[in-house]
Amino acid sequence: MPGNKTVSDGHIFQFKNCRILRNHSIFVEDLWVRDGKIIDPEKLFYVEKGYADFQVDCKNAIIAPGFIDVQINGGFGIDFSSNFDDIEGGVQKVAKGILQHGCTSFCPTIISSSKEVYKKVLPKIKIKAGGRDGAEILGVHVEGPFISKEKRGAHLLENMATYDNGFSDVLDMYHDISSVRIVTLAPELPRSLDVIREFVDRGVVVSLGHSMASLSQGEEAVKHGASFITHLFNAMLPFHHRDPHLVGLLASYKHPPDLRIIYYGIISDGIHTNPCAERIAHRTHAKGLVLVTDAIAAMGFPSGQHQIGPQLIEIRNKRAMIAGTETLCGSIATMNQCVKYFYEATECTMVDALESASLHPARLLKITDRKGSLDYGTDADFVMLDDSLNLLATYIGGELVWDSKLGYDRVVNHGTRRI
Amino acid sequence: MRLVILDNYDKVSEWAARYIKRRILDFEPGPDNYFTLGLPTALPRNHPESYHSFMWHNFFKHIDILPENAHLLDGNAEDKVAECEHFEEEIKKAGGIELFMGGIGPDGHIAFNEPGSSLVSRTRVKTLNQDTVEANARFFGGDISQVPTEALTVGVGTVMDAREVMILITGAHKSYALYKAIEEGVSHMWTVSAFQMHPKTIFVCDEDATLELKVKTVKYFKGLMTLHNKLLEEKSVEPSSKKQRSN
Repeated sequence: MPGNKTVSDGHIFQFKNCRILRNHSIFVEDLWVRDGKIIDPEKLFYVEKGYADFQVDCKNAIIAPGFIDVQINGGFGIDFSSNFDDIEGGVQKVAKGILQHGCTSFCPTIISSSKEVYKKVLPKIKIKAGGRDGAEILGVHVEGPFISKEKRGAHLLENMATYDNGFSDVLDMYHDISSVRIVTLAPELPRSLDVIREFVDRGVVVSLGHSMASLSQGEEAVKHGASFITHLFNAMLPFHHRDPHLVGLLASYKHPPDLRIIYYGIISDGIHTNPCAERIAHRTHAKGLVLVTDAIAAMGFPSGQHQIGPQLIEIRNKRAMIAGTETLCGSIATMNQCVKYFYEATECTMVDALESASLHPARLLKITDRKGSLDYGTDADFVMLDDSLNLLATYIGGELVWDSKLGYDRVVNHGTRRI
Repeated sequence: MRLVILDNYDKVSEWAARYIKRRILDFEPGPDNYFTLGLPTALPRNHPESYHSFMWHNFFKHIDILPENAHLLDGNAEDKVAECEHFEEEIKKAGGIELFMGGIGPDGHIAFNEPGSSLVSRTRVKTLNQDTVEANARFFGGDISQVPTEALTVGVGTVMDAREVMILITGAHKSYALYKAIEEGVSHMWTVSAFQMHPKTIFVCDEDATLELKVKTVKYFKGLMTLHNKLLEEKSVEPSSKKQRSN
């Protein structure tokens, strides 16, 4: 019987024969879990006189915090912005599907839509804990509609909007922002600074993107609380040596003291960002780099043609294109592929690559007390990887939710019970 | 006494580890426990420099000992005297210490029994002297003000009650203490010298630690190395050589 049970009756799991990522390094150490949280084995030993109920042999795998995707538009045929039949079911389908990519938490992303769509969709996407049924839903990322029409990318022109009346226009558009965690907006729009302030005061992360903003407009936005840049390089003016535009925020000295680390999303699928551009961003400001998938509904589908909504999409050579053309229509790389590609392309350390998909997004969302690391007291959401960063298994709350060998339906066989 | 002289720190560590392993296996532990030594008090248990942290990271987390079989002096105890008496009780209850392993200070102290400690002392609160405080400063980033000045420690008498005592000594800075401990008389100024009166003591040291010894002493004990190494060998045919744990 482990321990004196004064703290908890929960089973104690000891993951051994593994290496863990903690305190910014990977080293040989066991990972201890109880009641869905990572616990301190030393305290367990001395204070509770407890030990493991179950020991799991990780066969020398690397254990890293679970990946957090803060920009994902859908997947497995579901598009969050246009799937109205069964909104909760659609979100849940994606939440479950991304477990096989190592994602343990995510922000479903809605692109620029009409008032009616927001009214229909936003209340149905609720913040929800993760588990066997899917990754944790941290909240919604509303990408638009308050963006620059010149830089709208694939967003529809008729959905573009402004907030000339300030935040009341924002509330009028979204209607219910209780589950909004991130908003992407273009800071050159009039009244942006007020709107940014209002969002920040409500605990919403403000991200700059789909914008024509100059560097100084970006810096003003950051001064007012903006802390993220949506898919750096894409849908913004390019770096220019006399006005680096939003890209320049990575090296600006004008940020306020509490926002010295400006975070920025990078889609590292080998297609949307040239590896040299990734390296430049990483070398300039590694601490702020956040890997995102920006995945579309076609993500998760095999090669070939697929009807997704009104579009016939063809997946060929890991690219999603409008069938019959060479036009890219969005990313379909999965999070684990992004981490692996990023690691190989930038030749950064394994720690850097893994933290860019876990610790950095957790810091962005200010949830490091429970996510993004393997620190004691945080949620036991983690992934097991081999030395080439191939995903072996995904765990949420210490429970195995996906295994590379056996998919989802695996009998939990947690090793031998110690007497 | 036995004096095992090896080339360097690593060899000393390995020999000592093998010896302890051999002793445990031969002992075939059942309801017996082994005791380890406590270090400074006044540090919270989870302070990285506490003895609890040290023992956890360097020993307990690597083995499968049951937590209730690990007894450490609790420097945070409300009533330190009671804590010390309780510790002595626990030793008795476990049937006495089978093997005590310790080091030696540059001033010849064993555990925290500083020069002047009674050679029949028991587990108690000790005030640390300046030398020891300075020596420990390295664990506190060189900041002397952070180093605790009191410690709970097993007494010389407590250790003398152990059936066997093993002392590890490495480095030139310990050589004078080793000389005083084994080539001079028993003295409470060099408390390790008390083990000259113990029936079964083994000193394991490296070359540097022998620098103050007579050449004759060193040659004599080096000549016994074959015998010493026999101590590490398996004595009889055992059914299973897997390490058994207590309880």
